[in-house]
Formats: sequence, structure tokens, C-alpha cells
Amino acid sequence: MTTELLSANHAAAAAAALAGRANRVGRGFGGGVYPITPQSECMERLCDERFDKGQVVRVESEHSAMAVCIGFSIAGARAFTASSSNGLAYMTENVFTAAMSRLPIVMMAVNRSLGPPWNIWAEHGDTLMLRDAGWVQLYCEDNQEVLDSILTAFRLAEDRRVLLPVMVCQDAFILSHTMTPTDVPSQETVDAFLPPLDLPHRLSDRPRTVGALDGPRETEVPRAEMQRAMDDVPRVYAEVQGAFEATFGRRLADPVVPYRMDDAEIALVSIGTTAATVRAVVDEARARGVRVGGVRIRMFRPFPEDTLRQLLSRCTRVGVLDRDLAPGQGGIVWSEVRPAAPQGSIVQNYIVGLGGGDIRPKDVARILDDLCARERAGKPQFVEVG
Amino acid sequence: MSANEPILGGMAQTAADRSTPLLRPGNSNCGGCGMSVGLQFLSRAIAGTPVQLVIPACCAAVAAGPFPTSGYGAPVFSSTFASAAAVATGLAHVARLNGEKTRVVCFVGDGGTYDIGMATVSAAAERDEDLLYVCYDNEIYGNTGGQRSSATPRGATTTTTPRGSELEKKDILAIMAAHRVPYVASISLAHPDDALRKLRFALDAKGFRFVHMLAPCPTGWKSEPADSIELIRLAVRSGLYAVYEVFEGSRVVINVEPEHSDAALERYLGMQGRFRKSGVELASVRAGVERSWRELRARSALGGPG
Ligand SMILES: Cc1ncc(C[n+]2csc(CCOP(=O)(O)OP(=O)(O)O)c2C)c(N)n1
Ligand code: SF4
Repeated sequence: MTTELLSANHAAAAAAALAGRANRVGRGFGGGVYPITPQSECMERLCDERFDKGQVVRVESEHSAMAVCIGFSIAGARAFTASSSNGLAYMTENVFTAAMSRLPIVMMAVNRSLGPPWNIWAEHGDTLMLRDAGWVQLYCEDNQEVLDSILTAFRLAEDRRVLLPVMVCQDAFILSHTMTPTDVPSQETVDAFLPPLDLPHRLSDRPRTVGALDGPRETEVPRAEMQRAMDDVPRVYAEVQGAFEATFGRRLADPVVPYRMDDAEIALVSIGTTAATVRAVVDEARARGVRVGGVRIRMFRPFPEDTLRQLLSRCTRVGVLDRDLAPGQGGIVWSEVRPAAPQGSIVQNYIVGLGGGDIRPKDVARILDDLCARERAGKPQFVEVG
Repeated sequence: MSANEPILGGMAQTAADRSTPLLRPGNSNCGGCGMSVGLQFLSRAIAGTPVQLVIPACCAAVAAGPFPTSGYGAPVFSSTFASAAAVATGLAHVARLNGEKTRVVCFVGDGGTYDIGMATVSAAAERDEDLLYVCYDNEIYGNTGGQRSSATPRGATTTTTPRGSELEKKDILAIMAAHRVPYVASISLAHPDDALRKLRFALDAKGFRFVHMLAPCPTGWKSEPADSIELIRLAVRSGLYAVYEVFEGSRVVINVEPEHSDAALERYLGMQGRFRKSGVELASVRAGVERSWRELRARSALGGPG
């Protein structure tokens, strides 16, 4: 293991390269890559990596980037790509195809606003739009978590009980372009953590059509299997956490990360880097005797509803911070968290930090004040920041 | 019948063929489908070579039929409409990385090639990916009911050009040749010896190879199923369909010399309801044909080192 000063983009590329090389004893590694701000540094670094048994293909679009990954994966190789924002929107058709074909592809997604207006800063709507595509989704809070999650993602995706693609998400610039000391494991430890991929349905020389025309029954059955695979993810994830700790000596974050929730009556729920700011505000409010805690949802698919229900069971007030907006509905995280909050509790949605607006402690403190003062929940509130 | 128009007797199943045909009997293609005939040619060219097919949304994907059966006697990945050449790129790299002899073949309609897949095909060609790309061109979106594509010729009625298309068909061979790929060819379903020679060459060659076949579609062309091969014969004889190959984007070899026969062109148009309905004039079609030939002759004369 070495400690390097890495941006989250470079950390993701380093992890993908390590995972790719680990499959040299299998059928190799590859993927299609295409630039978009703020992801480009990841694919650029990947293009600079050397593989004994791998090929990074510089394609003409994100749609083809995922299609090339599909080709690598269905042929039994380990596949990776990265994208963001409009790139993910352009890729969408094949994002669904990857999952429906049960291909353990891993993608790093940098969360960026979808235009217009053209805005390259952090927003979560791009990957939340893909929450129903059949991918496991992990949202990260720091660079080390991005690197660790990419390695974890391959192990999770390739598990026979899962066989679903995994998207590792991180906030534009806040992580993608911020360098922090990051532990990079050795190839030998990654080799030990990631056994060679053995895809049960890989295309071989046997006459068979993958993705053929089907009627309702033959569509229902594999969809139900996907749901079952998603149901298995938390259990497999827990096993992977154990293996991760045994191999790398670090604890991998849980699907839901609570902060000072043990006796909390008020909870502030968020995803991504917003959670770090929430923690600072929780500490400050706790010092004043406010019984507040923070909840970070790291795994958004499968959605950890049971865990959330337990964590929130004693809460009377729940504030959900969304760095995204589904116009006509409100925050996407809020609409998913609501059913997990206790009956009768006040669950208020705050739309905050769209287009990369800098969410500062004072902004979250204002949100907390609003939440504490409420008699009932209202419509999603737009919170101005900065 | 002229000297360069062989009879089709040689296409019967022989011991040299694959034990499992590429397109199995009992598939759902319409009677007289040119694409089906093209697959028989491809089947014979492939013989014992291990292949993997990538087929995007199109009639040929329907031919695979429903799970768990497969209309194809080879492994197939059924890709999204625009993605055949990109999925095939991945497959071809994995075969290479693992030292496997598998040849990866894209089998794609004109819609998936000329239109929605254009950028993908162009990029795979530019990267010189090691794959054979076969475009069967029925000059419409057959799968979705016969709408126009940019391969629809002037004068053809389709469900979206009810009075006949006024646009000139895209010159896909010139486009692909301009990528300077190792091999680009058109094949005639009425000239099996020439077609088989070229398919075999294309299958064996390295790098990006592009083969185009005009594929009659009785359903969309409003023609008699039994006339499909005759239509191709007329298309070649009249000069409407040029049968040639281009090596490395420069050396052009014309494989079948047309007669430039107006009688053949008239019969070609007259045998198809899609042209009868629009009443397209022979003279306007002839003008387009002659222009294409002038361009092709110029390119073949420029030639390259032989
Ligand atoms: C992205 C997308 N748009 C539209 C379709 C609908 N669609 C399926 S096949 C097809 C036309 C295929 O035409 P072509 O490639 O010429 O092949 P053919 O059906 O004629 O064999 C269309 C429009 C689709 N499957 N995917
Ligand atoms: S619609 Fe045309 S191309 Fe499609 S199967 Fe029928 S004849 Fe063949």
C-alpha cells in the first residue's frame, strides 16, 4: 500500500486499473471511455494505464462507451467506464441494457447538473434519474471512499447472487477535483480481494441469443430475478465489508451512515458530501442541547428502507436535504425517505445546493432552525445558499 | 441472361456447409426475404469458423425468435439499435486478448447503419476494429412497419413517404471507403460465386471490413416473394446496384459490369408496388444511376497501386 495525493477522479481510475489487472488471470479487462467535465481526468488517467490483458477504447460517445463495456462484459471480461451529467443522459439506453443483461459492469459517475443552463457543478439529479435502471448505486463522501467503493463494486457486482452493474457516485469538483491523501492498495492485495470474473451467461461458441425477443412471461421472470438480486445486495455487501476489512485493514462504510443518531429526535438526511456539513451542524447544535443527528444514505439502490425506518423510529422531525429536483414532485431523496419516517413525524424537504451552490454550515443551520420551528411539514422548500 | 449472371443451382446445402445453418429453418422472416438469402450466403462463407454475431434492433433480431429458442445457429448478442459496432468492439477485443479465433460479425439493417448507428459504425471503422460489418439494406425500417430511412431511394413510397421519397439514397460504400478501412464491398444476391468469394475474404481479413447487400423485402417493396433474386439481377444489370470492392479505401475493383439497360430498370421499377404507386419516372432514376457510375468510374480510375 502507498499513500498518494489523489483527486477522486484519479482515485477512481487507479482503483479501476487495479481491478482490471486483477482479472489478467481471467478474461481480461476493458471498456469504452468518453470525456465530459468533471469526469475527464478519470478517463484520461485510465488511458495512461498499461494492461497486460486489457484495452481501453476511446469511443465517439457515451452511448458507445457503455455499449463497448457491454461487449467486454458479455464476453466475460471485467468492464469499467465513467461519465457524468449529459453524458449519462446520452448513455441511458445502454445503461438499462447493461442491467437487464445482468452484466457486472462498474461505472464511476460524477454528479453534475444537467443543462440547460450549462452548469458543470455538483447536483445529484443525473444519477438519481438512473435509480430505476437496475444498477446498484453507491454515493461517496470522500476520495478514499471513492477508491474503496470502486474495488467493492466489482466484488459486489460479480457475486453470483448479485450479477448487477454498480454505479459509484461522487460530487463534482467537491471530490472529483479535490486532492487528498489516499491509500492505494498494492496489486497483490487487490488480486486477493477480487477473484477472476466467471460470468455464467457469457457469450461463448454455443448457439444462443442473449437479449432475444420475448413475451410477457419471459420478461416478468428475469425482472423478478433482478428484484431478488437487489434484495440480496445488503447481505452480500455485509460479507464484502468483512472481506474488505480483512484484506485492506480498513472498514468500508455501511449502506446507511448514521451520525449521533442514538438518542436523536431530529434527523437531517442527505447523500454525498452534504453529509459532512450536516455533521458539523449536528455537533454545534448538540453543544446547545438539541437532540439532532445526521443520516447519510450511501446505498441508494437497493434502497435501504428498513435500516432507515429503524434509525428514524424515535424521530419526530426529519429534514431531507436534496441536491436535486424532480419538478412536479420535489426532492427525489425526500420522496423515497418519506415512507421510512415514523407516522405523525414532520418530514420536510429542503432543495439545496442545486447547480453546485456551496452548502455551508450556516445554510444547514438555517434548515435545522426551520425544521425545529415547524408545526407541520409543507411543500419542498428552496433554500438559498452562499 | 448475360454471361456474368450465374444460375443459383450452386446454393443447395452441401457437405461443405455448417452442420447448423446460420439462420435455422422455421424462423419468422417473410417469404422471399432477401436478408434470409444473405444469411444463407454468410452461413456458407463462415462454414466452420467460430463466430459471434451482434444484431441490433431490426428484422434480423426478430428472426432470432423468442427465448429459449434461437433462430440462429451461432451465439448472438442482440444490441440496442445504434450499438452493434460498439458491442462488437468489446467482443472482438476480448477474443483477441484471449487468443481466440472467434470472428465477430455485425449483421445490421440500413436503419442501424445509415441512420441511428452511423456515428458508431464510423467510429469503429476509424479505430479499425477487427470485425466484419454486414449491412443488409432493404431500403426501409422493416421492423417498425416500413418507414423511410436514408437508404430509401428516390421515388419509393414508404409509410412515411406516401407519395414517394424525393431524396437521393446515401452512398454508404463511398462513406465507408472514405474511412480507408481494409475492405469495403457490395455483394449481389444474384451473383453467389462473387458474393461468397468476397464474404470469405472479408471474414478472414484483419481490421474493419464492411459488406453491403441490397436485400429485397417483398413486404415493404410490394413485390412478389418469388421475384426477389430476379429483382437483384435487374438492379445489377440496369446499373442501379453497383457490385464492387474497395481495398484500403483506394483500390476500386468493379466485379460485375452492368449493361445500363433501361429495359431492366423499367422492369425493376415495374415489379415493385412501392415505385408503381409513386409513378416515379425512369428518366429521373436513370439520371441518379449515371451520376453514381460517373463517380465510381472516376474513383476506380484514380485507383491505387495494384
Ligand atoms: C433507439 C431506438 N429507436 C427506435 C427503435 C425502433 N426500431 C426498432 S427496429 C427499427 C428499424 C430498423 O430498421 P433497419 O435497421 O433498416 O432494419 P430492418 O428492420 O429494416 O430489418 C426501429 C426504428 C429502437 N428499437 N430503438
Ligand atoms: S419485412 Fe422485409 S426485411 Fe423484414 S423479414 Fe419481412 S421481407 Fe425480410
